[in-house]
Amino acid sequence: MSSPLRRDDVAHVAKLARLTLSSAELDMFTEQLGQVLEHANDMSSLNLEGVKPTAHPFELLNVVRADEIRASLDRDEVLAMAPDAQDGRFAVPRIMGEAP
Amino acid sequence: MTLPGEWEMVIGLEVHTELQTATKMFCGCANHFGSEPNTNVCPVCLGLPGSLPVLNERAVELAMAIGMALHCTIAPSTFHRKNYFYPDMPKDFQISQYDLPINKGGFLDLPDASRVSIERAHLEEDTGKSTHLGGTGRIHGAERSLVDYNRSGVPLVEIVSGPDIRSAAQARAYASELRGILIATGASDGRMEEGSMRIDANVSVRKAGEPFGTRCEIKNLNSLRSLVRAIDFEARRQIELIEGGGVVRQETRHWDENLGATSTMRTKEEAEDYRYFREPDLVDLAPDDAWQQRVRDGLPKMPAERRALLSARLTSSTEAQFDAVEVVIDLNLETYVHAALDAGVDPALALARAANELAGDIDNLGHLSSEGFCATLLMEQRGDLSATQAKTVLGEQLAHGGDPASIAASLGFERLSSESLEGTVATLIEQFPDEWARYREGDEKLAQFFIGQVMKVTKGQANGKLVVEQLQARR
Ligand SMILES: [Zn+2]
Repeated sequence: MSSPLRRDDVAHVAKLARLTLSSAELDMFTEQLGQVLEHANDMSSLNLEGVKPTAHPFELLNVVRADEIRASLDRDEVLAMAPDAQDGRFAVPRIMGEAP
Repeated sequence: MTLPGEWEMVIGLEVHTELQTATKMFCGCANHFGSEPNTNVCPVCLGLPGSLPVLNERAVELAMAIGMALHCTIAPSTFHRKNYFYPDMPKDFQISQYDLPINKGGFLDLPDASRVSIERAHLEEDTGKSTHLGGTGRIHGAERSLVDYNRSGVPLVEIVSGPDIRSAAQARAYASELRGILIATGASDGRMEEGSMRIDANVSVRKAGEPFGTRCEIKNLNSLRSLVRAIDFEARRQIELIEGGGVVRQETRHWDENLGATSTMRTKEEAEDYRYFREPDLVDLAPDDAWQQRVRDGLPKMPAERRALLSARLTSSTEAQFDAVEVVIDLNLETYVHAALDAGVDPALALARAANELAGDIDNLGHLSSEGFCATLLMEQRGDLSATQAKTVLGEQLAHGGDPASIAASLGFERLSSESLEGTVATLIEQFPDEWARYREGDEKLAQFFIGQVMKVTKGQANGKLVVEQLQARR
């Protein structure tokens, strides 16, 4: 049985997800997310000895496609969706630092 | 570089290689370097809502080929989402293999007979490419970054070595041998300058026999030269830090080629929290025996075996020949060399012409047949062509194709057949009776005089060795 969700955990996850939560929201989500996790914890009461972890309800393996080129999108159409573009590229606020 | 005292480096390398597929990892956009920005993009690689990834079969096969060449076990594997925010990754997560990679537990033997273990070689997707503008100071706020998503979703294999490497030179040898394998399997073009092979180095130091020290990860190593310099710099930095009473912090460091130094990029105090979780849009990958066998059957010979096969045919083993073998294997020139050896060309000559003339004009090899290469070298070996002429004839074939004998004839080289050389020497002997007399009396220096005269008459096209033979025959 894992320990119940703490307010700090919610704050940490919110930070990782770049979400700014008010104090009231933190309280609310701690309670709501806590209930979701508790529900998942119900599984722990079952005897799962010998049951393999599954990520899918389907017994599918090796779903692949042939390495064949298909049409890409029109660049003007693509860039028109962006707030800003320059020299055929998406323009974004200056990136600070390198990718993690 | 030798380290002070009892210090020893401990190095592990992470090599990312872009796979030479026609399309990206999860969509049918072209995987092509150098296209106009954002012309190879679609909803999948732009991370548009509702788009679904479908795995590229060829990428899986190339990953398996790499694993097999590195003696890995091909294992059932899964895909995860690695979550982080950066503009060159539009989905805000990268699809990668996490705890269950396609290849695990292999090794790579280096030419110096050392063995480096391979922990894993897994599939993942590349990110887009950003260009940073600004610093011009024209308008505040004009500083910005531009992003091209052509590279977004290009298939990559990341090959992670064990911490088995003990010097920068060994790291270089490992990267170089691995590069040869990636090229041989057809997985990569190995072009580091274009970013199709990128290396991160994990470096720590310890006193021999002690447990591993804290490691730093060095990024931005874009050439084998950078790799060597960065490792040497970083090991020295850590030793100086420790000997000065300091402690190495686990961090990611950036290599600056111009400064010749590494600097902190970010510390790992807040252990990177990528919130990995299973990619729900992709199913498990578990290539069956038949699929694996198909890939295995298609594997060509690896550089180590090719090197051994070629070296076994050498008649002597000089440093120059060893280096030439490296070049020939590296550039895939051994078809020419083996053909020349089969035709009876001296190994030293075949290696030299391949490692210099062919290697120097590698993009034009399509014009030169093995037969043309052999015929030219045989003409040189027989003395029908001087070394300079043989190089010219090879160069001409590389540039325009054609038959070596006709090329030699069209360049007037056929005048120098042994009969015409005989005539030239005879004429010169009549022209310079005093010099000839002194030569006959044993003044060997005069041989040089006659060679010089022959060269003058033939505009440098004669074979010096044959001139001497002619002179000696008439003495
Ligand atoms: Zn795409």
